[in-house]
Amino acid sequence: MPKLPKEFIDRRRRIPMREQPPAERVKNFDEVALGYSEEEAISEAKRCLHCDAPMCIEGCSVGIDIPAFVKKIAEGNFEEAIRIIKEKNNLPAICGRVCPQESQCEKKCILGMKWKPLAIGRLERFAADHEKDGVRPEVTPNGRKVAVVGSGPAGLTAAADLARMGYAVTIFEALHKPGGVLVYGIPEFRLPKAIVEKEVEYVKSLGVEIRLNHVVGKTITIDELFDAGYEAVFVGSGAGLPSFMHIPGENLNGVYSANEFLTRVNLMRAFRFPEYDTPIKRGRNVAVVGGGNVAMDAARTAKRLGAEHVYLIYRRGEEEMPARREEVEHAKEEGIEFRLLMNPTRIIGDEQRNVKAIECICMELGEPDETGRRAPVCKPGSETTMDVDTVIIAIGTSPNPLIAKATPGLRTGKHGVLEVEPYTFKTSREGVFAGGDIVSGAATVISAMGQAKEAAKAIDEYIKNK
Amino acid sequence: MYRIVGKKEIAFNTTLFEVEAPEVARKALAGQFVVVRLDERGERIPLTIADFDRGKGTITMVVLSVGKTTKKLSRLREGDHILDVAGPLGNPAEMVENSLVVCIGGGLGIAPIYPIARELKARGNKVISIIGARSASLLFWEDRMREVSDELYVVTDDGSYGRKGFAVHQLLDLISSGMRIDRVIIIGSAIMMKVTSEATRPYGIKTIVSLNPIMVDGTGMCGSCRVTVGGKTRFACVDGPEFDGHEVDFDELLARLRMYSAEERLADELYMQGVGACQSCQKNL
Ligand SMILES: Cc1cc2nc3c(=O)[nH]c(=O)nc-3n(C[C@H](O)[C@H](O)[C@H](O)COP(=O)(O)OP(=O)(O)OC[C@H]3O[C@@H](n4cnc5c(N)ncnc54)[C@H](O)[C@@H]3O)c2cc1C
Ligand SMILES: Cc1cc2nc3c(=O)[nH]c(=O)nc-3n(C[C@H](O)[C@H](O)[C@H](O)COP(=O)(O)OP(=O)(O)OC[C@H]3O[C@@H](n4cnc5c(N)ncnc54)[C@H](O)[C@@H]3O)c2cc1C
Ligand code: SF4
Ligand code: SF4
Ligand code: FES
Ligand SMILES: [Mg+2]
Repeated sequence: MPKLPKEFIDRRRRIPMREQPPAERVKNFDEVALGYSEEEAISEAKRCLHCDAPMCIEGCSVGIDIPAFVKKIAEGNFEEAIRIIKEKNNLPAICGRVCPQESQCEKKCILGMKWKPLAIGRLERFAADHEKDGVRPEVTPNGRKVAVVGSGPAGLTAAADLARMGYAVTIFEALHKPGGVLVYGIPEFRLPKAIVEKEVEYVKSLGVEIRLNHVVGKTITIDELFDAGYEAVFVGSGAGLPSFMHIPGENLNGVYSANEFLTRVNLMRAFRFPEYDTPIKRGRNVAVVGGGNVAMDAARTAKRLGAEHVYLIYRRGEEEMPARREEVEHAKEEGIEFRLLMNPTRIIGDEQRNVKAIECICMELGEPDETGRRAPVCKPGSETTMDVDTVIIAIGTSPNPLIAKATPGLRTGKHGVLEVEPYTFKTSREGVFAGGDIVSGAATVISAMGQAKEAAKAIDEYIKNK
Repeated sequence: MYRIVGKKEIAFNTTLFEVEAPEVARKALAGQFVVVRLDERGERIPLTIADFDRGKGTITMVVLSVGKTTKKLSRLREGDHILDVAGPLGNPAEMVENSLVVCIGGGLGIAPIYPIARELKARGNKVISIIGARSASLLFWEDRMREVSDELYVVTDDGSYGRKGFAVHQLLDLISSGMRIDRVIIIGSAIMMKVTSEATRPYGIKTIVSLNPIMVDGTGMCGSCRVTVGGKTRFACVDGPEFDGHEVDFDELLARLRMYSAEERLADELYMQGVGACQSCQKNL
């Protein structure tokens, strides 16, 4: 028999993902990245070398068997691909979209040594989006109850993993929609809310009950959860408390925290006011302060609400921006105007106390600070003002102190994070575990999920050995 | 979904709702509020828990129809449902013992001052209450307030009922009559709280106000509700809603309450057109 010629695979070229063109997308809230077609996914999947000791898995905080699912995509067996992913990851359509892959799985991919790494996130997204009837593992109930506080990525992951182990899990969520930052923070154009809903439905299909409008510490305390028969509590309440700069004029009308601005738009759908009831100021000239993902999201959202100019004010340089590269590029393509090495000193209002300008001082980079980044220092006398009618402060968030205050014996550390033991994520209170942003401070979806996974294992062990 | 089990119009454009929310009722204390959302496209608005019945598992809210959401709410009927009710939120009213407390409720503020006066009275304090409104048609709960007060004074701006004038006039009379007041609690419109707090400042009487800035989540997550108190930014939903009236920057609060006037007017107009209500008299049809 003549030997078939081996298929030629060009491993150098990473298959690009189609996107809405910038001029188009700034006029709508639809998703920017359009996903792979079947052919594109298969071609990209074929680039994988199926390494014997795959480094990529180490880069994934929830430990997805990446080469295995990629192989299934290469073979066109998409259902099997998503099954493999879901063994480890309960929220693949979300992670495929918002994971900072370049510093996670893809950073470790061997292909990246010479060429571009395998597009693992895009393939994960593809598999999740192409899932048809939804694979669901069999669950055998063990008759024991666990409570989860918060329905962000940490809470959903802990709940799903515990449900799969057989626990009856109830999530208590303060807001009227589950998802945490995934629904109130990350905009529709990066993560459509229908996708989040679908993944939440999957978690519910495992038997997890979600009680909305339950503010733990107010509606019910952690002590009362134990009284109600929950044998352990996982706290995944995130880092939702917005920081302000404490400069003059910060309470003028037109100054928003990024949390408020994004919550109004995403959770409350203010971009469709008056069809939806929640109002939002549609600024013409908007200043966004900050250089992280949240700042990029706020800036791009302001643009979509119709702003002529959106200035992104950041006190260091572009190199130092903590935002993902991809987000910075997207923002630039959409016409966001970067004002780097500048720091606001005050916000100026008119007689009606509406924002009319922001004053900034120029900065230069000095010696590296404790984080290794070069610290910005003011250049005296370099103040300038910019005419703006809206200011969005996106300089960070910290854990909301509500739960710690209402729970005797729950120890907190710097910036109000809950103190936990390494690996087990046990807090100072017996039976209470915690993970995600409430423990690490504002971080990433995948790190929150990774911690929640570890905590779920520790909870299982704790209850079994009780 | 939270079922409306009782509804009653208790004054002009002022509706009382009793809503099934057992978990809120179980924990509610005087001074706290809930955040409600009527339907899928609704906004989140805060409403004070004016009363609660732990046995029945219900909470009572008194709502003044001022814009789209409160008007929409006032059209719901017994048996209808409110989509979301979250709470109890905010800190409970600060309680004192062995004191003479003057409780002032202006207009809709009568509803939130009532459970506070009742609790103060139950703890054995001497409670002197002043309730007031623009006009007699806007007054309510005189009987309830009388029950929980040692003395009750009623004022209306136009003199259509009780004494003609503002609550602050009555308060100043009490002060000048030599009454030794330990504390004054004022709940009403921002401007009324501002004026009334000013009156007690020269006498150094501890004065508490319950602030009503624009809120979204009500849990400390957005900062929409920020107010300046004693020169510091505070979030009214988690640090308040009660603050020292002498420390509050009322002018800032007044400005912030107007932040969405244009949008609110538009929403209201579209809504009133939609339901065919009369624009000029603004009465709920
Ligand atoms: C605008 C924005 C964009 C981001 N973009 C990215 C990105 O692209 N990629 C990425 O990896 N990360 C991103 N992040 C960070 C990421 O979203 C978070 O790290 C992650 O959501 C943390 O998950 P969590 O479950 O710990 O907390 P959260 O997602 O914050 O969820 C906490 C949940 O707990 C609820 N809760 C809080 N207090 C209580 C209480 N007392 N009782 C009951 N429920 C309570 C909250 O309402 C919330 O639903 C972004 C964050 C923001 C704000
Ligand atoms: C802690 C607190 C307790 C309250 N308790 C009561 C109560 O028991 N009964 C009652 O009738 N009202 C109460 N209010 C006020 C009530 O929330 C507003 O009247 C309501 O939101 C108006 O909504 P609307 O759409 O009908 O009117 P709109 O036309 O939208 O607004 C009318 C005015 O109400 C204020 N307002 C608008 N949106 C909000 C919001 N999201 N949060 C707060 N204020 C807003 C603004 O000053 C606005 O100009 C309370 C407010 C707070 C902060
Ligand atoms: S979950 Fe995130 S880190 Fe893990 S493989 Fe998927 S994209 Fe990579
Ligand atoms: S490291 Fe890269 S090439 Fe190797 S198995 Fe993982 S994804 Fe494939
Ligand atoms: S209402 Fe959002 S922080 Fe108070
Ligand atoms: Mg409104």
